[in-house]
Amino acid sequence: MKPEDLEFVAAMARARTGLMLGSERAFFVESRLSTLARREGLPTVDALVAQLRAAPDEALIRAAVEVLATPETSFFRDRTPFDHLRDEVLPELAARRGRVRVWSAGCSTGQEPYSLAMMVEEHGSRFPNLKLEIVATDLSTRALEKAQSGLYTQFEVQRGLPIRLLIRHFEKAGDNWQASARLRQTVRWGRLNLMNDFSKLGRFDVIFCRNVLSYFDPTARREVLSRLAVALAEDGCLILGAGEAADLPEAFEPARGGAGLHRRNPGYGKAAA
Amino acid sequence: MKICLVVDDSRVVRKVARRILEGLDFEIAEAGDGMEALAFCRAAMPDAILLDWSMPVMDGLEFVRRLRQEPGGEAPVVVFCTSENEPLRIAEALDGGADEYIMKPFDGDIIEAKFVQAGLI
Repeated sequence: MKPEDLEFVAAMARARTGLMLGSERAFFVESRLSTLARREGLPTVDALVAQLRAAPDEALIRAAVEVLATPETSFFRDRTPFDHLRDEVLPELAARRGRVRVWSAGCSTGQEPYSLAMMVEEHGSRFPNLKLEIVATDLSTRALEKAQSGLYTQFEVQRGLPIRLLIRHFEKAGDNWQASARLRQTVRWGRLNLMNDFSKLGRFDVIFCRNVLSYFDPTARREVLSRLAVALAEDGCLILGAGEAADLPEAFEPARGGAGLHRRNPGYGKAAA
Repeated sequence: MKICLVVDDSRVVRKVARRILEGLDFEIAEAGDGMEALAFCRAAMPDAILLDWSMPVMDGLEFVRRLRQEPGGEAPVVVFCTSENEPLRIAEALDGGADEYIMKPFDGDIIEAKFVQAGLI
């Protein structure tokens, strides 16, 4: 891929989503775009970029941005935040209120919200009165379609998902595995660009936003984080990805349990109010 | 160093599994069927067993059931690794005493993830 093509695509992605694609990610960009080129019936990545330059068709731009913004994921990714949620955060929240709202922001192909739903069902006896509402959003329509279908390949269901959970919560569908209807119904899906206003989603007690913001430029990242703070309940908890905690706005403070967990800073927003 | 016994009647599969598991710092022993594996375990229980299902002489399910009856036989972490992927069969393997389960084809990432889940890494 030519350097000027990479720059062009990176500028497009950055303007649309805040996504940062430096020259070190050239291989990633090329491999994602070659998948899109095949899907669109174009012979090469060069041809795809040429078309994006020559006739900026909204659908194609959107598709390109989406393939670049969809990260790799797995069930129970990084494990620790799920354990901490199960052992500390959820019991505490459930004791305070019956209904707990969780947002998986940047849910990609759905492994994160499904992991959460399975975890709560498996450990239901710990919080018998808990009514959990899971909202999952992503920028990519394609990722969301897959998430909503609950269909995963045999490789995907073997990444992070213990076998007992697989046979309890999934059914075999040909060569693939499908999340049970019950599991699929516990999650509400929606397309959302985090760069846009999301205040209509309401307040959340727990927000997962992992491995999304590290690809944003610093200004966009700070801006999204301060709006996430507003969407988070005062005693709520924000969960970032491993290694994403640096340089957080004052709206957040690290919480017990580490692993990217943050509480809303109790002082935040009070001065302005 | 933890010891993993790789039980599979295919020498090629044993070799692939050995390479992956040696990369994860396991010392590897091999057996070609359940009977050989049982003899190995009676001499010295390994920490982990990667177990094929369909094998001559004694299959994987029979092996794990027998293993769990042996003195000290509850200790090894048993991970099936087989092309058998029907949910009912998987449940049967777990009831028989398996701890985790890998559906073939597998790769290094899957073995590593499953061994982490089973508490071996």
